[in-house]
Amino acid sequence: MSKRVVITGLGVAAPNGVGLERFTQAIKNGESGIRHFEEMEKLKFSCQIAGQPEYEKEFLNNYMNPVQLRGFNSTGLEYGVIAGVDAWRDAGLTFSQNEPYWDSGIIFGAGMSSADKYREAIYRVDAGNVRRLGSSTVIQTMASGISAYLGGIIGCGNIVTTNSSACTTGTEAVLMGYERIQSGKATRMLVGSCSDSGPYVWGGFDAMRILPSQYNSNPTAGSRPMSASASGFVPGSGGGALILETLESALERNATIYAEVLGGAQNSGGQRGSGSITAPNNQAVQRCIIGALQNAGVTAEQIDTINGHLTATTKDATEITNWSTALGLTGADFPYINSVKSMIGHCLAASGSIECVASVLQLKEGFVFGNSNCEDLHPEIASVISRDRIPTKTQAIAPRIVAKASFGFGDVNACVLFKKYEVNE
Amino acid sequence: MTREEIITKLKAIATPYVLNKSLLDAYNENTDFIKDLEINSANLVDIILDVEDEFGIEVNDQAMDGMLTVNDAVAVIQKELSK
Repeated sequence: MSKRVVITGLGVAAPNGVGLERFTQAIKNGESGIRHFEEMEKLKFSCQIAGQPEYEKEFLNNYMNPVQLRGFNSTGLEYGVIAGVDAWRDAGLTFSQNEPYWDSGIIFGAGMSSADKYREAIYRVDAGNVRRLGSSTVIQTMASGISAYLGGIIGCGNIVTTNSSACTTGTEAVLMGYERIQSGKATRMLVGSCSDSGPYVWGGFDAMRILPSQYNSNPTAGSRPMSASASGFVPGSGGGALILETLESALERNATIYAEVLGGAQNSGGQRGSGSITAPNNQAVQRCIIGALQNAGVTAEQIDTINGHLTATTKDATEITNWSTALGLTGADFPYINSVKSMIGHCLAASGSIECVASVLQLKEGFVFGNSNCEDLHPEIASVISRDRIPTKTQAIAPRIVAKASFGFGDVNACVLFKKYEVNE
Repeated sequence: MTREEIITKLKAIATPYVLNKSLLDAYNENTDFIKDLEINSANLVDIILDVEDEFGIEVNDQAMDGMLTVNDAVAVIQKELSK
C-alpha cells in the first residue's frame, strides 16, 4: 500500500513577505510586493516594475556561514536557501551533525541558477582572466546549485536534485517529492523552487512583450490576473519550500501537520493543437486537471478553492474555461479561485512553490485570500463563472480541499490536490 | 619582506576561509591549511588568488599543488618575490 504524505513544514521568501508569518499576513491583507525598479528604467525596459523579496544582507547570516557567503552573488540561491532552511526548521528538524539523513532528500527546482554570478564570470573570461574566477563560479551557476547548497546545509542523504520545467517547476517539485515518499523511497523530502531577481532574468520576457508597460508609475496596480485590463505579467522572484513526509513519520515525531497531499498529475500538450513552446494545449490542461482529481480520489464538487496559474495575460480567460470544462462546473457552482500573482507578480520558476505554500496556508489557517486588481473582471471570465467565485477581499471560509495548478513554457502542466488534515481520519 | 612578515600575512589571508576560528590559535609555520585549519580544498584556489593580490606575484598550477602548509606557501612566495 502506498504511503500517505503530509506537509509538516513551510518556508517562503516572497516579494510581499519573507518568512511564513510575514507572508501569511501579507496574503491575508492583500499586500502588494510589486514596486518600481530604477535599474529597469535605466536599462530602458518597457516594464519597469517587478517583485523581489526584501531583507538586509546581514539577514543571510542566519542561513549561511561566512565562507559560503564569500564571493556569493546569487539572489535565487539566497531565496531558495532561506525558504528551504526555514521549512526544515519550521518542521522542527535539525541539521545532521555527522552521518547524513539517509531517508531525507531534496527536490528543489530552478529555471536557471545565478544569472548575476554567471555575468560576473563571463566578463572575466572574455577579458582573458579565467584564472581569476576562483572556486565559487561553478557551485553557484550549476543548474543544481540550490539543491547542492541545501543538501550540504542540512546533510540530506537521499536523492538531492534540481528539477526544471519553467513556470511549472515548483508544483512539479511537490509532486516529484510526493511520489518519492509514496513509493517508499524516502521518508521525508524538502521540495520547492527558487528564481533569481534582476534584469538578466526578466529582460527576455520584456523582449517578448508579455510584460505590462503602462503601470510603471503605479506599480501595485500592475499585476492584474483575471482583469479586463490585464496586459501582461509582472516579473517576480523568490523561493518557496515545503517539507513532505510520511503520515507515519509525522505522527511518530508529533509534528505539526499543515495538510495532506492527496495526489496530482503532470503532463504535456506536446506542443500540438493549441499548444506551442509558449502556449498551452487546452486539451492537455484539462486532462491534467482531470487526471489530478482521479489520482487524488477527489470529485470536482469537493474542491473548495482553486489556486490558479493566472498570470495576468490574455490567457487567464482560457485558463478559467479549461478549469470549468475539466471540472464540469460553471457559474455559482464553480469553486472559489484566486491568484497569488495579483500581489507578487509571476515568480517564474519559484511561482509554483510559493503558491503551493499560499494554498496550504489557506487550509491550515482557514481562509481564502482575495484577488487584487480584478475589480474589472474580464468579460469572458464573467460569462463562465460567477463574480462572487473570485473574491476581491479575503474570505473567512475554511476550505478543506484546494487544487493548485501551474503551467509552463514547453507546454507542460502540473496540478496538485491538498487537503486539510483532520486527526480522526 | 621577512619570513615572519609573510607568515603573518598568510594568516590574515587564510582567516576568512576558516570557519572554526579557534583553530587559528595554533597557527604556525607548520600549519596545514586543510588538515589543521579545516579549509575546504576548493577554497585553496581562492587563497592563492588572494596571495597573488597581496604579494603582487603569480602562482602557477605546479607551485599551487605544493602549497599545503604555511612553510610551503612561504617558500613559493619567497621564490616568486626574488624573481
